[in-house]
Amino acid sequence: MRALAVLLALCAALWPAARAAAETVVPGLSQSRVAITANFDGSELLVFGAVRRDGPPPGGPPLHVVVTVEGPSGPVTVWRKSRRMGIWINSSAVRITQAPAFYAVATTGPLAEIISATEDLRHRVSIPRAIRSVGTAGTADAPDYIEALVRLRSAADLYQLREGSVELAEDALLRTSVTLPANLTEGLFTVRILLLRGGTVIDSASRTIDVQKVGIERFLFRLAREEPLAYGALALVLAIAAGWAASEGFRRLRG
Amino acid sequence: MQLYLPIAEVSVNAFLLLGLGGIVGFLSGMFGVGGGFLITPLLFFIGISPTVAVATGANQVVASSLSGFLTHLRRRTVDLRMGTVLLVAGLGGSLAGIGVFNALRRAGQVDLFVQLSYVLFLGLIGALMFQESLRAMTRARAGAPPRRRIHHWVHRLPLKMKFRTSGLYISVIPPAGVGILVGFLAAIMGVGGGFIMVPAMIYLLGMPTKVVVGTSLYQIIFVTAFATIMHAVTNHSVDMLLAVVLIVGGVVGAQVGAIVGLRMKAEQLRILLALLVLAVAGKIALDLVLEPAEPFSLVAGGAR
Repeated sequence: MRALAVLLALCAALWPAARAAAETVVPGLSQSRVAITANFDGSELLVFGAVRRDGPPPGGPPLHVVVTVEGPSGPVTVWRKSRRMGIWINSSAVRITQAPAFYAVATTGPLAEIISATEDLRHRVSIPRAIRSVGTAGTADAPDYIEALVRLRSAADLYQLREGSVELAEDALLRTSVTLPANLTEGLFTVRILLLRGGTVIDSASRTIDVQKVGIERFLFRLAREEPLAYGALALVLAIAAGWAASEGFRRLRG
Repeated sequence: MQLYLPIAEVSVNAFLLLGLGGIVGFLSGMFGVGGGFLITPLLFFIGISPTVAVATGANQVVASSLSGFLTHLRRRTVDLRMGTVLLVAGLGGSLAGIGVFNALRRAGQVDLFVQLSYVLFLGLIGALMFQESLRAMTRARAGAPPRRRIHHWVHRLPLKMKFRTSGLYISVIPPAGVGILVGFLAAIMGVGGGFIMVPAMIYLLGMPTKVVVGTSLYQIIFVTAFATIMHAVTNHSVDMLLAVVLIVGGVVGAQVGAIVGLRMKAEQLRILLALLVLAVAGKIALDLVLEPAEPFSLVAGGAR
């Protein structure tokens, strides 16, 4: 108990000094919302920022920057097919508690070299760390399923690891661009900028982007969820009108 | 031009969709089928999830079958009474189909079930149709008059009813059975079921060929309309934007197909349709039997 008190007092005494020498990041984004319109074909998100310090840059290990863009998380079930009675069917599944619908990591260098494993775990930076799977420990081959999730979403450009794509000028100005693919889902996206030295995160800042369907996309999606009966009826009316118009139109055409 | 589909949540080329709708419409106009059995698997191939493909396919069939039905109604080639019997039974079958579909979706087996239904029913109907039209062709060459077969056990069942337009006095049990089966398939396969109904009406019920297509279309409109509403309410999986693009392509294709179809012989048409049906069944069967390149698949939401 006494040791802890001493430690706390020591920390408090050192705090202002540590604070003064710190480097902090000021983030910026090219846009604060992404609109999914009917002809949405993906989007380019520009992330930039400045490193602010009160004194000259400290020596020692070089400054590194990691930028992450994370979409809304939700549970995912990963199914595995196996051969039963001659045909391939979904035979076993692992439920992953939380996996982001979109996750991109951009760095100034190889991720494994610029962040230590413990810092990666604490800040959940790398793609496997961004996926939370609780209670899958009982399944012996659970890692296979998580690997498959990463592989499938990487193939769809939903998970991206782009090492060396962050430009850092004069140890002060940083910029990178992240490609948001066309098959994006809506929700609140979080952009994080982390400053690292010697494998340790020294500062981080985050901003959010609202990715939303707009116009007819939004109208149809909302209607389908909130008023399914009206939506179904509208779909029918459209189909009936189209069918009738086609029949009438071509009857006149043929005379 | 890319089109972002609000319910499927994928971005697809709009001209590709128009083309798909057009090709399926062309075939359906040529052969007199709804085309649902083609559109749903084609949607799987371009990356639309089975849940959305099945529900949206049902919606698209409403438009194409209504268009055809109106033409038949003007020519008075619809047996409304028979259609209504099929319809009432079909709604029951459809309700059961939606229940089974949702249970399988929860169990993660909906893809398998839909694919197996396609292989089984398309394979069976394709093979029967192929064999029958080959026989009809050889008979036509030999110059013998075509025969109409009627199963006699059908006439011994109780609950008889008079169907004037078809000139039949038969039990309601066989048409009700056909209706239930077709309604069930409409819900789980996103099809109207014309490819099962038409042969069943001719060979099982012994209806005259000229009223078969119109009557089948009449009941398909209602069964697929019901399936559309049920999918919209229980799964939120009808993509209206996708349906509209497919319908526009399909409507134009259907009329072109109908004109081409008029210039061909009935037996040739049926052989071609049979080959097409068998090809679709074969492709889906291969997908089931061959080892998949990727054994894993994802289901967001994680129902288990």
